[in-house]
Amino acid sequence: MNCQAQGKILVAAASDLKFALDSVIAVFKKKDAGTVEVTYGSSGKLFEQISNSAPFDMFFSADVEYPKLLKEKKLTLSDAYIYGVGRIVIWSKKIDPSKEGMKSLLDPSVKKVAIANPAHAPYGKRAEEALLHYKFMEAVKPKLVFGENISQAAQFVTTGAADIGIVAYSLALSPNMLKENGKYFLIPENAHKRLEQTVVITQHAKGNALAQTFLTFVKSDDAKKVLAHYGFK
Amino acid sequence: MLDFEPFYLSLKLALATTVILFIVGIPLAYFLAFNRSRWNVLLEALVGLPLVLPPSVLGFYLLLAFSPQNVVGKFLDDFFDVRLVFTFPGLVIASVIYSLPFMIQPVQSGFSMVPRSLVETAYTLGKNKFTVLTRVLLPNMKAALITGCVLSFAHTIGEFGIVLMVGGNIPHETRVISVVIYDEVEAMNYRHAGVYSSILLIFSFLVLVSVYLVNRRALKVHYQS
Repeated sequence: MNCQAQGKILVAAASDLKFALDSVIAVFKKKDAGTVEVTYGSSGKLFEQISNSAPFDMFFSADVEYPKLLKEKKLTLSDAYIYGVGRIVIWSKKIDPSKEGMKSLLDPSVKKVAIANPAHAPYGKRAEEALLHYKFMEAVKPKLVFGENISQAAQFVTTGAADIGIVAYSLALSPNMLKENGKYFLIPENAHKRLEQTVVITQHAKGNALAQTFLTFVKSDDAKKVLAHYGFK
Repeated sequence: MLDFEPFYLSLKLALATTVILFIVGIPLAYFLAFNRSRWNVLLEALVGLPLVLPPSVLGFYLLLAFSPQNVVGKFLDDFFDVRLVFTFPGLVIASVIYSLPFMIQPVQSGFSMVPRSLVETAYTLGKNKFTVLTRVLLPNMKAALITGCVLSFAHTIGEFGIVLMVGGNIPHETRVISVVIYDEVEAMNYRHAGVYSSILLIFSFLVLVSVYLVNRRALKVHYQS
């Protein structure tokens, strides 16, 4: 089944990119002809789908591991490129993590702490590592609720379903989350494995030049500027 | 910026599913209604399974079956170049299975509601089974047929879990309206999610009202005659 019109690619992207990548694509559209469409989800789920021949032309993962595994399975057409290094933040509407820092997770008023599912979301895994790093795991574990991906974890805290959450910095800087008037604290980078995030062109893009064009654009300064705006380094 | 394509996709999926279910459903319901074998219960239970099974269980098995790495999926891929995971045809098959009881159960009870005397009279007049089905049974159970179609259609529009597992949120292919709402909520676009949701809410309500109206009228006719 191939329902692709000319000059169109379908990209699978980690949920932390929801707003950042949309902005990158908006800039790309102004310069080049061609449509880039995105499906967001947890990196692990998207990896599974690509492994099962889902029609994605590119894969923006939230880590380096999943693209590497795809390459080992010979399902990629390009080398993995690091498009950014992400960060995680503690985000809440209820208390002020920017004042209390890591300790805000232990605040007695906190009943539910939202993180992404560490089983298949790299941002959830990093959140877990940070909790272990500060030896908070034991205290926080009974309060953890898991979003299917980092965007859902963010949704849990913005709706107030969870009192506090560990979410992607890129989401905290997005307009949709800024308008929720929450406060956040940037978790120090040494508390978890570096959030290096890579992109690869996948097998499905064979013969579709737009994938390479878009990858070249992602490497450009214009795209880097947009990504930096969302907190990627 | 509201996008109406997902609605179109959902309608297309529901229409295809309902048409297939109508064609498959009548003979199957006929068999269930008139076959007196004691093994019937097993078949009945099998047809009713999607009512009680979590969509994730059905989705899991369908993924296994459809995957080109397994026997069925590989066969389809090798011999017919057909892929069912992440494609519209795959969604249609999944929906047919998922909505099966919503067609079969009303139609089956429709068959048993037609007065035996009518059927037996037709047989005595020397009509064969097919003529009895098309000239006596089906015309006397229109309410059941309409109910089956409307419920299958509406149930398919409302599908979410299976669609997400088997379809995988591919734009223009498997990104139906229920998936879009989930996406919008995740993106914290609550206004969009609200608009889409209210459209679906009104639609579902109207569907049920029409089903109850049809059934009420049918009951009246039933008792008056």
